[in-house]
Parts: sequence; structure tokens; C-alpha cells
Amino acid sequence: MSSQAGPELGKANLDVFAETLLALAKDNRNILVVTSDSRGSAKLTSFAAALPNQIIEVGIAEQNLVGIAAGLASTGKIVYAVSPASFLTARSLEQIKNDVCYSDQPVKLIGISGGVSYGALGSTHHSIHDVAALRAIHNCTIIVPADNLETTEAIKASARMSHPVYIRFGKRPMPRLHRRGTAFEIGKALLVREGDDVAFIATGETVVHALAAAKDMEQEGISARVISMHTIRPLDTQVVIRAARECRAIVTVEEHSCAGGLGEVCAAVLMQAGLHVPFRIVGFPDDDTVTGSQLEIFAHYSISAEGLTRTAKALLDSAEEGERS
Amino acid sequence: MTDAEMRIKSIQYRMRLLKYIKKAKAGHTGGSLSCVDILNVLYNRVLNVSPESFTDPARDRYVQSKGHSVEALYVVLADKGFFPESDLETLCRYRSPYVGHPTRKIRGIEQNTGALGHGLAFSVGVSLGGKKDDAGYRVYTLLGDGELAEGSNWESMLTAAHYHLDNLTAIVDRNGLQISGRTEDVCSLECLATKFQAFGWAVRSVDGHDVTALAKVLCSVPFEPGKPSMVIARTVKGKGVSFIENQADWHHKVPSDQQYEQAQQELEVMLREVNA
Repeated sequence: MSSQAGPELGKANLDVFAETLLALAKDNRNILVVTSDSRGSAKLTSFAAALPNQIIEVGIAEQNLVGIAAGLASTGKIVYAVSPASFLTARSLEQIKNDVCYSDQPVKLIGISGGVSYGALGSTHHSIHDVAALRAIHNCTIIVPADNLETTEAIKASARMSHPVYIRFGKRPMPRLHRRGTAFEIGKALLVREGDDVAFIATGETVVHALAAAKDMEQEGISARVISMHTIRPLDTQVVIRAARECRAIVTVEEHSCAGGLGEVCAAVLMQAGLHVPFRIVGFPDDDTVTGSQLEIFAHYSISAEGLTRTAKALLDSAEEGERS
Repeated sequence: MTDAEMRIKSIQYRMRLLKYIKKAKAGHTGGSLSCVDILNVLYNRVLNVSPESFTDPARDRYVQSKGHSVEALYVVLADKGFFPESDLETLCRYRSPYVGHPTRKIRGIEQNTGALGHGLAFSVGVSLGGKKDDAGYRVYTLLGDGELAEGSNWESMLTAAHYHLDNLTAIVDRNGLQISGRTEDVCSLECLATKFQAFGWAVRSVDGHDVTALAKVLCSVPFEPGKPSMVIARTVKGKGVSFIENQADWHHKVPSDQQYEQAQQELEVMLREVNA
């Protein structure tokens, strides 16, 4: 059964993160947040007011942020290092690699305003490399939640994790994708909608667009499966393999470079499983990323109901042609 | 341990680290020889840590930011009983946990280091954790002088001063050389003491090979309440072996058979003199 709920608009995942963390931290004084002049951007002003002894400001110094977070974690603290994803996963990549992952210090790395959330601010503020960069580093769970439920559950689960985790989300209000009470488990994808013509395997804030495309295609008699792949590592490979066996085509969708992200992971899974299905990766090409709002950038690169419908239909058409020839 | 015993230890540590570098055909000879007296004083006089207390939250912490000088750390930890010295026979061998930089796989090592400019931020985090818990432990970290060109150190210095981390002590192994040559030729550091002071640290300078002076300084932290302490340990890279001293090309050079014999003979002479 799919977990799909109505199209009701929820909060920004960013807000949900801040609320969830505050609730957790009120009950556990061992939880600390470290910010790099990012408490406002991270919606942690209320946290700072309520729990001033549980937030540590290090200034605009992301390398310092991650190194200090690792040191704090080594003392048994439950540490959230919070910074815009663009800086957290680039400026301090070596600290993530060595101080956190290689040293196995269980820091929770929180990349706010991920992907192209800061769309109009240009590539300095985009993080479309983060999943690829962290996938190549051992010992880091990677979670890109799609909606409020996934964000809440990911943050709650992260507090219990004894190894490093990276969680990345945006700042735009997200529609509710899942029914209340839907079980969330790190590493287990959520089925948002059943379907067997084409499968959209999407992650993060693109899932809602895949769902919209699926609904549009239904009008044309095309059945589209929508999978929210909130955890990119460890990947739910069985869901990918099942989609290849049960659907005629697969479209992956991500707010990330096409290089090294969800699409390439899924392709690798399928190739190594000996499965070949018509397959497209929708993300950002190797190009100077356009600027504009997150939604404008999404639409530019066909991450929209219309764009994904077009991509899926073309893929299904080519599959049919291939079958005829 | 008395000062005289520590002086003997220093020579023995030098002999041993050269032995294992020679056997491994790898290692950072110059930097290990320059910092070994500092490690000697830390582990034999200053740090409240032992193999038995290593997982005790109240233990003192030592973080070796200049991770490449791990051979000095290995021989000191072995001497303190964190692991059998015979383990070092595997240094840098295939699948040995005793790799060329510190890792937490080795009992006694707090954090994986090796890439430069990381140890101080980590130590700031540990010190902040101690302050949050009102724990009495102290945190010590050893920085290379060439390492100070990494900007991350200066970020961490700001934070340490901002949070008044007087439970934190950083020691600079100021041997004046880095892999390419003199630090002042590569990227000038002086006047270091003034720079550290300007960043809000209390600073002392000491002969980094005089165990008595080192112990006195390191046992008197914090130098000022409310300030992190910085020790500039004036050292000689390659200290203790005539032909290695002050030679930048001995950064990670391994002695030949003949050089190794000569080095050990020089150290034997030194040991006899100290014993006498």
C-alpha cells in the first residue's frame, strides 16, 4: 500500500527540523547544536532563546564548525552541526571526511537550504554536489527527506545514531506526501503511489513533482509509481530492483547534479543486478546551473509535472519502439 | 618520574622511533625527533591518562594535530602500556592498524589526524564539552609550525578565546622547518607569540627539549584564567642525531643502514652520558 496522503501543504522541512530538534533537546540536555552564524537561516532562533546553553556559535567558519562538532561528539554529546549545505559539504569537506567519518565521530551534519533552495543567489550557494561528494566518503548515512513527516522522523532517528549522518533539506513549504503514522525507517524507501508503467524514483523536494506528474499521466491512462528514496546511503536496492522488474521504465529525479547522485546509484544497482530497463536520470546537467527560484530552476531542468511527464512518456515511447523493432 | 629519568626516556624514545622507522622503511623522522621530548613530558608528567583510564570521561585528552609525527607518539604510548611495543614491528605494513598517522584503532589515540589544521578545532570541541559538563579534564594538542599556515587553526583560535577555554593548551613544535624548507622562507610565521596573544591566548615560550622547563610550563596551565594557553616549544627538527638535525630533507627520510648505525651510536653515547 502506498503512503500517499492528500495534497495538503505542510511547513518547510527547515521549520520542521528546527521544531523537532527543539523538542528533542528540551528532553535531553546532551543534545547540542553548533552553528556558523546560521541560527537565523536554520530557524534556530527559538532554540537559542529556549536553550541557550545547548547552542554553540562558532562564527562564519565552517571548517571550525565541523571540527568542533567532532570534538564535542567525542565527549558523548549528541551534536548537530548546522550550516547551509553548500558550505557545509564543500568548505568543510575535509573535516567531514577526516574528523567525522574516518574518525567515526557520530556528528549529525545538517545541510540547510540544500540543492537550489538559494536558487537566485547563484552557484556559490547551490549544493548540487553534496550527495556525490559524501557518497564517495565511507561511513556517512545520507538522507534527503521529501516532506515534513520524513524530516521529523529523520531528525528523531538521527539523535539515536552512533555513526555520522548527513541530512539535507530545503526551505520551501512542502506538501504532505504520506499519511500520518507512516512508518519511516532509514534505508527503506517509501512508496508514495503505486503504478506499473513507469517508476519515478525521486528524492527530497523533487518527489512532489514526480507525484504531480504521476497524477497527470493517470489522465492519459499511464500508471506511474512514485518512490520517495529519502535515504541515498544505505540505498534501498530492493525497491529499485523491484521497480525494474515490475515497471517498463524508470525515471530518477533529484535536486542534484546528474553526476554521482541518486540516478547514477540506481543505474549502478540495476546494471550490476543484470537488469536493463529504459532509464533516465533527471537532475542538473554538467552545465552552468541557471538561476531563479527553486521552482523555476526545477522547471528549467524538467523537474516539474510537465517536464517529468514529458520525460516519462518519451521513455515509454522509446521502449515501445524498441520492443516493436 | 624524575627529570633525570625523563631525560633517559627521551633518548630511549629516540632510539626506538628510529628503529621502527628504519624497519618500516617509512616515517617522519625529523618531526618525530623534534616533538618527542614534548610527548615524554606530557605522558610522564602532565596528562592524567593511562591505559586503564583511557575510556574514563574524566581523563585528560591529548590530540596530535601534527599527525605525521606518529612514530614518536607510538613509542611513548607503547612505553606507557597502551599496547605492546612489539606491535610496532608491523608499522606501515599491509593491514597493520599502526599506519603512518594516528587513528582511533590504536588504544590511547583520541582522534584520527594527519591532514593538517584539524587537531585544534577538534580540541576546542573537546574543551567545550568539558566546560559544558563542568568536567575537570584538560585538553592538550600538538601543532606543527608549518601547519599554522592552515587557516582553520586561526578559526579555532578565535573560538577558543571567545569561549574562554582555559582548559585547553596548544603546543607548537617550533622547529622552524617544513618539508620545503624554513618556515620563514615558505610562509613567514613570526612574530608568532604576538599573533597568538592578539588572538586572545596566553602565551609562553620554552626550550622544547628541556624536559624540566617543559614540565614546569605545561604544569602551570592555564597561564591566565579564562584564556586558552599556547606553548611555543622551541625545538630542533631531527634533534638528537647530528646529521638529521636542522635538515629539511629529513622530514620523512628513512636512514640507510649506515646512517641508522651512526644515529644509534650517537644516542648510545648520549644515554651513557646522561646515565653517568
